[in-house]
Amino acid sequence: MSEGSAIVQAEGLRKTYKPDVRALDGLSFSVPAGTVFALLGPNGAGKTTTVRILTTLARPDSGSARVAGIDVLAHPSRARSVIGAVSQHSGAVSLLTGQENLALQGKLHGMRGRALHRRVAGLLDQFGLAGAAGRPARTYSGGMRRRLDIATVLVHRPAVLFLDEPTTGLDPEGRADLWAVLTGLAGQHGTTILITTHYLEEADQYAATVAIVDQGRIVAEGTPDQLKAGLRGDSVVLELASPGQVEPAQKALAPLPEVRGLSADGAVLRARVADGPRALPAVLAALDVGGVPVRSVTVARPSLDDVYLHYAGRSFRQAEGITIS
Amino acid sequence: MTTARQAWVILTGRYLRELYRQPAVIFITLTQPVIWLLLFGELFKNITKIPGFGAGNYATYLTPGVVIMTAMFSSSWTGMAYIEDMQTGVMDRFLTAPVSRGALTAAMLAYQAVIVVVQSAIIIAMGWGIGAAFPGGAAGIAALIGVAVLIAVAMAGLSIGFALLIRQREALIGASSTLVMPLTFLSGAFLSLRLVPGWIAAIARFNPVNWAASAGRAAIGSHPVWGTVGSYAGYLALALAVTAVAATQAFRTYQRSI
Repeated sequence: MSEGSAIVQAEGLRKTYKPDVRALDGLSFSVPAGTVFALLGPNGAGKTTTVRILTTLARPDSGSARVAGIDVLAHPSRARSVIGAVSQHSGAVSLLTGQENLALQGKLHGMRGRALHRRVAGLLDQFGLAGAAGRPARTYSGGMRRRLDIATVLVHRPAVLFLDEPTTGLDPEGRADLWAVLTGLAGQHGTTILITTHYLEEADQYAATVAIVDQGRIVAEGTPDQLKAGLRGDSVVLELASPGQVEPAQKALAPLPEVRGLSADGAVLRARVADGPRALPAVLAALDVGGVPVRSVTVARPSLDDVYLHYAGRSFRQAEGITIS
Repeated sequence: MTTARQAWVILTGRYLRELYRQPAVIFITLTQPVIWLLLFGELFKNITKIPGFGAGNYATYLTPGVVIMTAMFSSSWTGMAYIEDMQTGVMDRFLTAPVSRGALTAAMLAYQAVIVVVQSAIIIAMGWGIGAAFPGGAAGIAALIGVAVLIAVAMAGLSIGFALLIRQREALIGASSTLVMPLTFLSGAFLSLRLVPGWIAAIARFNPVNWAASAGRAAIGSHPVWGTVGSYAGYLALALAVTAVAATQAFRTYQRSI
């Protein structure tokens, strides 16, 4: 498969759980080979269901999915030999040592003897686990365990690695470590990585391509820069005295022709405008007239949060709050 | 892709290795049946004096009963390992590897069979220690262990299927204790069916625990009627086939629901 061609393709995936909970509503996207691809969305958007379908754990009601040229729904067991999947839970057998966990995975993929032994030792080394290789996985720290999970599903050299919310529960340092590992895998080893995340900053910083998922559909797809540039606009970020001030502020700003949209998060109100510096005086004047004091104000270039607001019609935090995961 | 045969051997090895790492579990697994044997042996010591019991030595009568009860008890918990694997993500990892669902089930059943063989051998040795006689010799003992494995594996299949469908520790514990005790006491495991009320004897005829206990007891006797042992073993094998297929099918239901 050449660089740039799609190695994962999801087409019109639909899935409804009983009793009529629509998890996926015609979800489609494609992942370029050898890159890091992020499915970004709030809890309950359908990210996990999508990954479960692509990794043969679940079947959609309709739609199609291909991984490395293999039809996942028609040939699940062939697809299983070319993928590695790390679920939200660890996946490591906690009583087995790191070395045994990797060896078990390799054996299940038909690897044997010397080749397996060398591969396991190499991965343990690469993931900084050589020193802990002989200890049961249950003695590992959270970050070590995540690295073990990833090393384990790499034993059979999968073409595509799927990670469902891999950074959830890690401290910032652990997250940065993990991302260094993942971007290294995609860069040096040509492994395609599909991850799901609900951290906007993470997707923005590390993913080559981002697909924004909302209510079972992809609402936007592209590089983070493309997505942000597509908005052609800025945000005026207003810090108000208290969350109670948000409502009068929204009332004061909504009639302004410059303001295209408003989203609130605590006592912070974001106003989407075409040109931040030019809209600023009007925004401040309107708040002054409305009697809403402003604690601080900044003009920001669009973030993925704004992208999300633009395409999903509500702020990311709101979506997190109102959906049930 | 690994063949199904290799996969189940690999996965059985995983379970045995995990057991090896838990000496406390090994200790409980091996001592519990011995406690049953000694406790029931003392408690019902004088039962053979009741006219019509039909056996002179209660240790001889009890030993196959405890072998079968132990097989039932330990295998009824099999599903717990599955629930643990489902909750820790281990199951997902196996299901995304090129391994058949049948091999996943077979591995657990094979592991359970190994446990039951070891447990049964210990109970039989202890039974001999407290005075049980085995006039049927090695062939009889082997047949007793054989039917213990059959009922254990049948029960393990049921437990796995239940675990995959319900996925709740508490529910499995409840179902297991609700099922195993009555099945054991509605059989001739501890008491000759000649002495129990008619309705219990009637139920016992259709109770797999009674099939296993009767077959095991007949096998270790001085003149085993192999036809009877064989037909009971056949019923048990049928029950096993049903629960093993049900367990593998439960995987499909499990995967549809996640």
